Amino acid sequence: MTEAVLQVTGLCRAFGSVRAVHEVSFSLPAGGSLGIVGESGSGKTTTARIVVGLEQADAGEVLVRGRARTGRARGRAERLARAREVQMVFQDPYLSLDPRTSVEAVLRETLRLHFPGTDHTTRIRELLDQVGLGTRAADALPRQLSGGQRQRVAIARALAVEPAVLVLDEAVAALDVSVQAQVLNLLADIRERTGVGYLFITHDLGVVRCVTDEVVVMRHGRIVEAGPTTEVLDAPRHAYTRLLLESVPRPGWDPDRIAAARRAL
Amino acid sequence: MNHPEERVNALDIRGLRLHLPGAARPVLDGVDLTVAPGETVALVGESGSGKSLTSRSALGLLPPGATTGGSVLVDGEDVLTMGPDRLRALRTGRAAMVFQDPRAAVNPLRRIGDFLTEGVRRTGVLGKADADRRAAELLDAVGLGPELLRRYPGQLSGGMLQRVMIAGALMGDPVLLLADEPTTALDVTSQAEVIALLGQLRERFGTGLLFVTHDLGLAAAISDRVHVMYAGRIVESGPAEALFERPRHPYTAALLAATPRLDARPGRLAAIDGQPPDLRQDLTGCAFAARCPYATGLCHEEAPGPWPVACHHPLEGNPADD
Repeated sequence: MTEAVLQVTGLCRAFGSVRAVHEVSFSLPAGGSLGIVGESGSGKTTTARIVVGLEQADAGEVLVRGRARTGRARGRAERLARAREVQMVFQDPYLSLDPRTSVEAVLRETLRLHFPGTDHTTRIRELLDQVGLGTRAADALPRQLSGGQRQRVAIARALAVEPAVLVLDEAVAALDVSVQAQVLNLLADIRERTGVGYLFITHDLGVVRCVTDEVVVMRHGRIVEAGPTTEVLDAPRHAYTRLLLESVPRPGWDPDRIAAARRAL
Repeated sequence: MNHPEERVNALDIRGLRLHLPGAARPVLDGVDLTVAPGETVALVGESGSGKSLTSRSALGLLPPGATTGGSVLVDGEDVLTMGPDRLRALRTGRAAMVFQDPRAAVNPLRRIGDFLTEGVRRTGVLGKADADRRAAELLDAVGLGPELLRRYPGQLSGGMLQRVMIAGALMGDPVLLLADEPTTALDVTSQAEVIALLGQLRERFGTGLLFVTHDLGLAAAISDRVHVMYAGRIVESGPAEALFERPRHPYTAALLAATPRLDARPGRLAAIDGQPPDLRQDLTGCAFAARCPYATGLCHEEAPGPWPVACHHPLEGNPADD
């Protein structure tokens, strides 16, 4: 088995009396794609934020390429080094891009911060090319771009530092179906080409089937089921996973039965 | 339940056209749509397709500067020609809407009870005691207790609040309920609960339901009939299951293929290349032609006729005779 690029062990985080994340462990192989599925309050986003470093864990360990990143980063150099290991793409590209900064300036700023003193023009063109944006988009402001194009910019910015892990928190949830398909295919291409690993946080099981190799199902801060994506989705062992699967609407769907099953669980 | 004899449609939209200042073509271009009492009709499309504008037109909620053509009959009366007083009466009575984000549709500083009774009390339909009683009844119908009347929106979860919004929409005893992505902001399991509830209420009160969504699977799961919209036109209409299993318009087929489905094999999706046409451009021919793999010269020159499939080269399927 390939060495894990991201190893999470016994992660715990409480907010007051609420155990948001409790004893969560998983690992992501290099170039792999792991999905974390759950509903609001399951702890999936808190887990992602701890991995990225936006949130501190009460207990447990996060290793990236074998290096610990639990505890607060000491000093600017270490903070930047951690940022180069793990990058994040958020759900809403409207909120995660500065409305007054052009696409090229966004990428240039990131590159200048992490790799000062070099010329970034070629790299910027390469990144735009990688996410399928033409050079015409380089001068555009976020508001001149469509939702899908904006999310491509956010992905390009995250890839600029060549991270080992990309955390995607509901990164395609706000997009239209046809645009979502374009971005999901783009993400598959990028993984193939660069070998970056994905941690995919989502509530959409269809998306999980499409882009992940392995999946972790979370509920009330704990992992209730984990395994290869096809196995978990085709033969779920936990009642909650089954409920999630049955809740996906399709013809012949019986919402009354699901509502009853939900109350019973 | 319903009487079998002829009843006037809850909603009857005929040839609705809507122009916005600065747009080169109509935002809605000849939309035809009916919802019978007790029927669920789904309107499916992506952002900018005009699905929300269509449903909002049933409440006379038009964007500033809009000019309209055609007619929008709610319970037999044309909304487009109503004055402000009649519109207000319409919105607290015969037609009501449930929006996507319940938190954005409610005043966080007012109690649930005030929110529920405000409309009917202001228009004088019900007095205070009757309004309170009806609010408690409807909360019960959506599976919530009367103690919620004293609570504030911030004390409720998203799923509970959306059920309160549904109760609020039913206060005026509407013939038509418009639901604009009412479950998009909810978790999948609460989505099932809200949908189950809408179905029960529709049966119990005989309300016609127009369900607006971007989710073809959801539309097929809950509705009797589905209309698919693209660039301001309805491109395909039909019974939910047939449309889902044998789509005839290339756009419907492409949309289904682009959806990450649970029963699909993992791997790449069939994405639709390009983008929907810009509103600043005039359109000649079929709006989907530029992205359509089957388009011919004719598609670029002549707009296809409407119903049931607005396409010059519909895909193979059973002849649609519904």
